[in-house]
Amino acid sequence: MAFTLPSLGYSTSALAANGMCQETLELHHGKHHNAYVTALNGLIESKGLAGKSLETIVAEAGKAGADGLPVLNQAGQHFNHVLFWQVMSPTGGGDKLPAKLAAKIDSDLGGLAAFKEAFKQAGVTQFGSGWAWLILKADGKLAVTKTANGANPLSTGEGTPILGADVWEHAYYLDFRNVRPNYLDNFLNKLVAWDVVEELLEKGGLSTGQVA
Amino acid sequence: MPFTSNRRTLLLGAAGLSGAVMAAPRRVFAQAAAPTAAPTGPHSLAPLPYAANANEAAIDAMTMEIHHDRHHAAYVGNLNTLLQGQDALAGLALDDLLLNLSRAPEAIRTGLRNNAGGHANHTMFWQIMGGQGGAPSGEVAEAITRDLGGFDKFRQDFNGAGLRVFGSGWVFVTVTNAGQLALVTRPNQDTPLMDGVRVLMGNDVWEHAYYLRYQNRRADYLNAWWNVVNWAKINERYAAAKAGTLRI
Repeated sequence: MAFTLPSLGYSTSALAANGMCQETLELHHGKHHNAYVTALNGLIESKGLAGKSLETIVAEAGKAGADGLPVLNQAGQHFNHVLFWQVMSPTGGGDKLPAKLAAKIDSDLGGLAAFKEAFKQAGVTQFGSGWAWLILKADGKLAVTKTANGANPLSTGEGTPILGADVWEHAYYLDFRNVRPNYLDNFLNKLVAWDVVEELLEKGGLSTGQVA
Repeated sequence: MPFTSNRRTLLLGAAGLSGAVMAAPRRVFAQAAAPTAAPTGPHSLAPLPYAANANEAAIDAMTMEIHHDRHHAAYVGNLNTLLQGQDALAGLALDDLLLNLSRAPEAIRTGLRNNAGGHANHTMFWQIMGGQGGAPSGEVAEAITRDLGGFDKFRQDFNGAGLRVFGSGWVFVTVTNAGQLALVTRPNQDTPLMDGVRVLMGNDVWEHAYYLRYQNRRADYLNAWWNVVNWAKINERYAAAKAGTLRI
């Protein structure tokens, strides 16, 4: 088998009214994400990845440290983008979260406003390229974290991501230029598919079904 | 995926936020919003040494403006903010600060590394552009032949190294006091100056350096960049390195 680029669950113009223009989505999905998939497929044989799930590859590459970086860069970015496309929606955003997710955020993170602020800060302070995350930890609690470049909470062992925002400049430069804080505000307020995030919370994270 | 300037203009307009960015000239952002009243020193942002459209053969004017007036300005503003109340560190020249990051309190060390590095890297970057590209001349040409296998191989190796930087970072040519050149890369805003090694020239491969014109095509940006390299300036920097006077 080989890794594949999953289709977006919406058209490339579907998020334009919510602050992510068609060109951003065309490039981000069709060029950036696609390049990670192609590069990862090119590593399957030389790195002995055949038969392994994407999630296993990411976790093992993370444990391998610097030696695992060539695989982690591509595999992490493949996983990260698969999740990213799923947690956005043309009908996303707003402050009316599904009940279970809202209650969990209230009890673990001090409420929606505190969560949003923590998530935004994680994204703003991730220097260079990387991601901001909402994760489910092994102890069953939610937490906010961030990772650099292609890493993610599976590779660092911090937990299971149920929401991620890409803060590589390619994610927001056409729409927001240098103003990353505005991109993150917009992501939280207009793009997040809270119903999907709740579903991932209940399922204990994303299973991409992608296998080398 | 070429873009005509008309389409680009339309797209930028359609993005809807260019107005907001441009309408707030006194606020600086990089990734973190800078405080509203950043201190004015000890470090300062020099104006670009040429018009924003001077590098049009590789870099569009809007990219130059945002890159200098927003990104670089934010590094300077954040750096000055971090140095408030740090009299010893604030008294150091930028290259000495970068060499002495281990002396900084842990709470501000990473911030200083990122922002002082960003200030130094961009200060160098503006200086070595604004030229007409072409083949190198003078002593630098000889050094490139001697140390880097000639201009064609050097350019190919430099572009390859820049392409392989995963995420944000820089590709540099370092220079010793003896005039020896070497090709290196660094992540994010790190610089060889942190290791006490001088930088002759370098190219920024953060996506903000090229995304408006080249989008995902970093290789095309790296190729085009040579059209605006200023070899006269680089020769001046080379001579300064050998004289022991090259700082940033």
